[in-house]
Formats: sequence, structure tokens, C-alpha cells
Amino acid sequence: MNHGAMLLEARRVTKRFPLPEGDGEYTVLHEVDLVVREDEIVALLGKSGSGKSTLLRILSGLMLPSTGEVRYRGNPLAGPCAGTAMVFQTFALLPWLDVLGNVELGLKAWGIPPDVRRPKALRMIDVIGLDGHESAYPRELSGGMRQRVGFARALVLEPDVLLMDEPFSALDVLTAENLRGELLDLWLGRHFPTRAILIVTHNIEEAVLLADRVIVLGANPGHVRAEVPINLPRPRRHERPEVQALVDRFYQLLTRPETPDEARRVMPVRPALPQLPLIRVGTLGGLVEILADRGGRVDLHRLADDLQFDVDDLLPLLEAATLLGLARVEEADAILTQEGVRFAQASILERKEHFQQLLVAHPTIITRIHAALAAKANHRLPKAFFEDVLEEHFSGKEAERQLDTAIQWARFAELFSYDADTEELFLEREVVKEAEDSARQTASH
Amino acid sequence: MARQFAWPDLVVSFALVGLLATMAWLGHDMWVPLRPEITASLDLNPTRLPYYAARSLLRMFIALVASLGFTLVVASWAAKSARAARVILPSLDILQSVPVLGFLSATVTFFMALAPGRMLGLELASIFAIFTGQVWNLTFAFHRTLVTLPGEQVEAVRLYQLSAWQRFTHLELPAGVIPLVWNGMMSFGGGWFFLAASEAITVLNQEFVIPGIGSYMAFAVRAKDVPALAWALLTMAGVILLVDRGFWRPLVAWSEKFKFEDVPGTEPQRSLALEFLRRSRLTTGFGRLLARADERVDRLWRHLAAGRAAAGTRTARGGGLLPILLWAVLGLFAVRGAAFVATAVSWDEALRILGLGALTLTRVGAVLAFSAAVWTPVGVWVGLNPRVAQIAQPVAQLLASFPANFLFPFVTILFLHLHWSLEWGGALLMTLGAQWYVLFNTIAGAMGIPSDLREMGRNFRLQGVAWWRTLILPAIFPAWVTGALTAAGGAWNASIVAEVVNWGNQRLAATGLGAYITEATTKGDWPRIVLGVAVMSAYVVTLNQLIWRPLGRLAERRCPLG
Repeated sequence: MNHGAMLLEARRVTKRFPLPEGDGEYTVLHEVDLVVREDEIVALLGKSGSGKSTLLRILSGLMLPSTGEVRYRGNPLAGPCAGTAMVFQTFALLPWLDVLGNVELGLKAWGIPPDVRRPKALRMIDVIGLDGHESAYPRELSGGMRQRVGFARALVLEPDVLLMDEPFSALDVLTAENLRGELLDLWLGRHFPTRAILIVTHNIEEAVLLADRVIVLGANPGHVRAEVPINLPRPRRHERPEVQALVDRFYQLLTRPETPDEARRVMPVRPALPQLPLIRVGTLGGLVEILADRGGRVDLHRLADDLQFDVDDLLPLLEAATLLGLARVEEADAILTQEGVRFAQASILERKEHFQQLLVAHPTIITRIHAALAAKANHRLPKAFFEDVLEEHFSGKEAERQLDTAIQWARFAELFSYDADTEELFLEREVVKEAEDSARQTASH
Repeated sequence: MARQFAWPDLVVSFALVGLLATMAWLGHDMWVPLRPEITASLDLNPTRLPYYAARSLLRMFIALVASLGFTLVVASWAAKSARAARVILPSLDILQSVPVLGFLSATVTFFMALAPGRMLGLELASIFAIFTGQVWNLTFAFHRTLVTLPGEQVEAVRLYQLSAWQRFTHLELPAGVIPLVWNGMMSFGGGWFFLAASEAITVLNQEFVIPGIGSYMAFAVRAKDVPALAWALLTMAGVILLVDRGFWRPLVAWSEKFKFEDVPGTEPQRSLALEFLRRSRLTTGFGRLLARADERVDRLWRHLAAGRAAAGTRTARGGGLLPILLWAVLGLFAVRGAAFVATAVSWDEALRILGLGALTLTRVGAVLAFSAAVWTPVGVWVGLNPRVAQIAQPVAQLLASFPANFLFPFVTILFLHLHWSLEWGGALLMTLGAQWYVLFNTIAGAMGIPSDLREMGRNFRLQGVAWWRTLILPAIFPAWVTGALTAAGGAWNASIVAEVVNWGNQRLAATGLGAYITEATTKGDWPRIVLGVAVMSAYVVTLNQLIWRPLGRLAERRCPLG
């Protein structure tokens, strides 16, 4: 374990955002403690909704926490922190400035005169492998080269802590691997004076390959679930068994449901209904078929590797499969259940019926919506009504996403549907049947 | 990089010196004392036309610069302060709907009082008319840019602690270049119309004239001098072409560097003038000068900001009070205006004016119906034939910026000859300017139909009515709504000059709100001017709310192509 001087420190950081229309607020981060010390790379690992990007923005001073505080070298932060610099997911370069102009941006903002800042910028452009591209505009560069500009722009400020927000996730796999390797070499060789790196990622392997310490965040609201030091020697190669073992362990950590005790500690009142994973039915069908093809039991890590999936892609799928009883996760393996095998073998029409049975059998917001529509005489209710109800359980945007997912699943199962013209949800079968009945009646008259 | 002073440098410096000298000369002529013998006559000799055209052009550019200044300040203010935005945005929306020409009489009197006894007052009134014709559009475009800046770029700028000035020159202004250039080009085209209408006007039975191509036209009409009219028309066409090639094309080509992403498959815009400028070393030097000025201003800005921060929070509270104050003043104006109108106008007359508005509305409707019936099929045909579109689209844009009121005299002669009434002829005059917006928006919409969809149409043998109804009309609908909205706005404004026309001392008039406003202006009848303009604004605002907004929303929701 590392015992360097403390650089960046979050103490019981909680972040709440107000809900639209002023009714209450929702919590994104709950009492997060975190420390970044000298000479270490820390990875923040979590699936979507764990508030990892929000946490990074709070640590950079871009956002203030609702309660708790952030300290940089012992002093509380009240605005953008001069000791940190950030590398963005989609690079955030200014398209009208050339490479040199973009790299100089931060120095210019500090009021450093041209004759001082230009050599500094040029040196960093060299270090990061961009020499010859000084006068190119970002538009002319590939994604990998653009992110190099992003790195140079941050590093030229000589920050104590380099913050990175999923810096490789917008790049293709090979480019990402290449850039990751070069960055690590520069860091290990002390080619820039940065003392620590904090990287946000949803790629488990990336975290294991880069970090000295991984902090696993849980979701709804974001909180620290585990902190795992990684003492593997470098260079780490992902085919090594000890690396694989660690990756597996993180899969277990992320897929293991929280115990009621853990959950209660984070949030005393949980939503009464399980959250729908935001995935499409077709993708879920694909996962089930792949599991069936491979004999019903697959190592998660291998699966993610083969499908080129990140945690953000794979975990929601597994959650959906678990929620509906199609699969379960044991020891970082995904295992198909009896239901799952049946689902995989069904034809399209059978699958629709099966999916309908599954949705009815497992209580979710879909069963609630179905019940509400069934109770109404004309089997129709406005979408806004359900949005209002869901907003009591989820944040504004999440409520909308939940409802959209529910509609998508229910449409596949032919349980209920949505009429975009009237903005109403309606029970498909009932409405159709009644229309037929009334047509028959008119015909008989 | 060391290079000899080469011929591009020479040409550019000559052009620069020439331009400055011309501007100084023309500027001096704007300042001369106002003497009746200058304003009462205008030399109809065609050799004077270049001078008149230059005077007009200078007015146009001054108005453009003023519009840009207004836009940068007001749009930034509205984007920074939610409270200011609550006042500014609705106000702009209403101002946008006010028929500018109706207020010429008021502005002439106001600016004459500002510069008593000088030509400058009239010049300013004309410039102001052009300004009000183009500024709102620009302001909305820049405001939209400011509130939709990409999130990560904004965060980067905050994180790297750029000063407010640096944020403006490094993020906000560059991001706004493309919308500003395109909207500027469109508004500038529309500006000629207001220029032509504002250079020679009658207020309180007194004629005010400033030398320019618009007043040349007016005098040619009075003298029934057809050759002079033709010369003016030709000059106008030449000037529009010149400004397009010499100013807007280079600007558009230059603005490409401010794109966030290249759209694959699109040809970069080219401009000979720009390539020439780029080759000159003067341009690079000028760029460096600008960069240095930028850093200087930034230092000054930080200095001032530090001073302001030390002064405390008083400014913040003032910012909160200001909108309330503004609303109060606006409310006061409204009450005062209503009281003023009530002194002179009876309820019966007010009702009659509403009726006149309905008549003009019928003409606007006819303009739209005609444009839709004729130019929608033509636009679709052009848009679906890339080779035709390449030629036709810029032509349509040029036609749209050609001021229709330059064509009015010729049509008037025709009407007189054929003994046509202006009651329907007025609609035809309004169509002359407005129709082009429908055409080039339809072309743009048709060009935007993905080739997949077009191939699908062929593959499924969609033909005739089915092809139009299921594929083409929904696909061009969003662009078409934009075009029709602009055309309707143009038609309302045109009604003020199209419902009363003269040829020599012969006069044709139609029954309508436009004619009512023109007549009230000529007589200097203030209550009726105010009432007429207010009623027309009310018509435009109501129609926007009842028809165009819902149509726009429908287009966005149901026909989301591109």
C-alpha cells in the first residue's frame, strides 16, 4: 500500500440535484470518502448511474458538493482547482484552434506571455508524440491523435493530479490500448511532473492494467462499495492469470447484489420497485442465445472480451436476465436457468408469449402499469400520469428512461403500448378486442 | 517563411487604401448640412449611379456592423442571465413581428432631432430601418449558439479558468461564426428591401430624400423615366453580385474553419477572393495584430473584473432589478400608447382597421398559396436533381436578396396598362419578394432527403399522389415550414409598400392595413400610425402562435429527417 503525501481528498461528499419543476431533489452521490496520494494511479470503477463522472467533477472543483468537502493539499476547494487538470471523454478541443493553440489554452488563461508558454507547449507536444502536427486543426486528426492533444493540453499545466474522464472510451480498441500503454510508459518514466492520476472508467481491464488502487462505486445513489489495492508488478499483460483473476474478482464485486445491510447504510428508503435495466429486448435475447450456445455457463470476463463489451454494456444485460429469471450470476460466471434455456429455444411468436409470462410473473414497474391500465374502464392513461408516479421513485431523467424501457419491453410482449399522437399508454389486446366488438355490433344492427 | 513583398500584398494594400479613402469620402457626404436643394432633386444621369450605389452600400454595412454589435451584447446578456432572458427573448420575438417600415416616420423625426440641420439624421433613420430589418434574426441565432454550446468544451474552459473575455473570444464568438455569417448573409439580402423603402419617404407631407440607389429609383418613378429605372435595376443586380462574391462568399469559405465536425461527402466552400487574401502577408500580420489586441484587452478585462469583485455584490442586485424596471417601462409605454390612440381614434374605426388587417391577411394567404402551388413542385424537382440544384440554389438565394420594390415600378406600369386593380395586384407585388423563401427552402429540404429513402421510393414503385404524400411532402415539411414562415413575414412587411404604388403622379391603392399605415405616415397622423402598426404586429404575433409554432412543433415531432 502506498503512503505518499495526501494530494486530493473527498470527505463525506454528497451531491444532490434539484428535480425539474422544483419538487424535491435526488441524490447522485452519498457520503463518498476518497483519497488520492502522491505516486499512485487511482481508478474509479462503476457502472452507469454510480455518479463517477459527477465525483470527478467535484474533485476538479467544477462542481461543489451539496454536503461534505474536497481538500487539495489540505485546503478546501471552492472553485476550479489549479492543481488538477482534466482529460475529457470526447476530447473537448476547440475546433477553431490548431494543436498548438489548444495546448496553449490553459497557459494563456493563466496570463503567461507567449514567449514563455510557446516553448512549454511545444515541448509537451513532443513528449506526447504529436510533433509535426502543431499547426493541424483537430478536425484533421484521428480520434487517437485528438486525445493526445487533450493529454498535452492537460499535462502542459504540470498538474499535481491528472484527472481523466473515460479518456479512452471514445477510441477504437487498438488505438485505446496503444495510447494507454504510451501514457503508462510516460508516467512510469516520469516524463511529466504529475504526481498522481485519477481515472474514471467502466472498463474493468483498463482499471486493473493501469491502477495502483481501484475504488468500486455502487449506484443509486453513488457510494463506495469497495477499495481494492492492486499490487501486481508492471508491466501487466492482460493474458496473465493473476490479471485475469483480478478482473474476475471485480466482475463478482460488480454483479453481486448488495446485502440489505449495505443497501440500508446507503439509502434508508429504497425505491419500492426494482429498477429496469435500460436494455432492449432484442439484445437480451442475443445474450440468452449466446449463453445457450456456450453450454449455459460462461465466464463473464471472457464473454465481455469476446463481445467487446464494457461493464456498462454487459452488466445491465445480466441484471435484466436475472430480474426475469432467465439467468443467474455465480462466481463471476453467468449461468442460464431452465427458463433461459426455454427462451433460447423458442420461435419468435413463442418468445413473445414467454416474455409476456415472465413480465407478469416478476413484479416491476411494468406489472404496476399493466394493473393500472387494466383497472381503467377504457384501458387508457396518459403517459404524464406514469411519469409523475415514477418521479417519486427515480430522478427526473431516470423516470423517463424507466418508462421508455417499460414501454419498449411491454410492446415486445404485447402487454401494453403507447400512442405517440395522444401521448397515452393503452392495453393493446383489450382495446383491439373492444374495437372488434363494437364493429361487430354495428355490423349486426 | 521569409517572403518578399509579393503582388498579392500589393493588390491587397491598394484595395485597402482605396476602400478607406472611399469610406472617408462617402462618410463626409453623410455629414453635410441638410439643404432643400440637395434633398429635393436627384441627378437621374446613369453615370451618377455608382456613387449612389456606394452611398447605399455604406449604409447597409453600417447597419450590419450595428446589428452585429447589438447581437453580441444582447444575446450574451440573455444567455448569461436567466432573468434578463425572460425580458429580452419575448421582447425580441415581438419586435421581430413589428412591421419595421410602419415606424419609419417616427424614427425619421427622432433621428432628425438628434442631428438637427444635418443629412446625418436622415442617414441614421435609414440605417436604423435596415438595422431593425436584420438584427433580430442574428440575435436569436447567436443566443441559440450560446445556450447550446457543447458541455465538455464549456467545462474545459471553466476548468482551465479562462477569463470572461477569453471565454468570449476563444469559445463563444468562434462557435457563433457560422450561424452569424449565414444569418448575416440572409438578413443582409433582406436589408436591401428596407434600404430602398427608406431612402425616400414622405412624412408630414414633406419629402425626405438621401442620395442612394433607392432614392434614385423613387425619382425615376416620379419622372416616369424608364431607361433610368432599367439602369438602377442593373446596378442593383451588379451590386448584389459584387457583395456576394467579394464579401459573403469569402466569409462563408473562411467560416468553415469554425465547424465542429466535417460532414462527410460535402464539398468545402471555395472563394477566389479569400484565397487571394490568404496569400497576402498583410492578412497574417493583421491576424497577429488581432491576437495581440485580444491579449491586451484580456489583461485590461481581468484588471477591471478584479476591481469589480472588490466592489462587492451591488452589481448583482442591480441586475435583478433591471428586468423589473424594463417591464415597468414597457408597460407604461403600452398604457401611454393606448391612451394616445384613444384620443383620436373611435372604436368603430379601430374595428374597421381590424377588418383592413383581415384583407391584408387574405393577400398574405394568397402569396403563400401561390408560392406553395408553384414553387414547391419546382423546388422538389430542382432539389432532387443535384446538377440543377448546384446552379439553381445560389440563384434562388440571389433572387431572394434582390429587393422586390425595385421591380414594383415595372409591374405598376403593367397594371396601369392593363387597367388591373391593385386589390389583387397588391398580392402579386407582395409575392415578388416573398416567394423565393419557399423556393430555396424547398430545394434545401428536397436535397436533404436521404438517398436511401429516394431509392426505397423507386424500389417500391411509389408514384404520383402516393409518392408525394408518403415520401416527399413529409420529408420536406420542416424546411418548407421555415420557408413559408419567412415568406409570410416578408409579405406582411411588403404590404406597407405594396398596397400603395405610384407611377409619376398616377396612383394605385388597395384596401388594406398596409395602405392604411402608408397613408397615415404620409399625413403624419401619429395615433393612426401607432394603431395600424400595433394591429399588424398583433396579427403577425397571433398567427405565429396559432399556426407557425404548432406547425414547427409538428414538423419536429413527426418528420424528423436530418
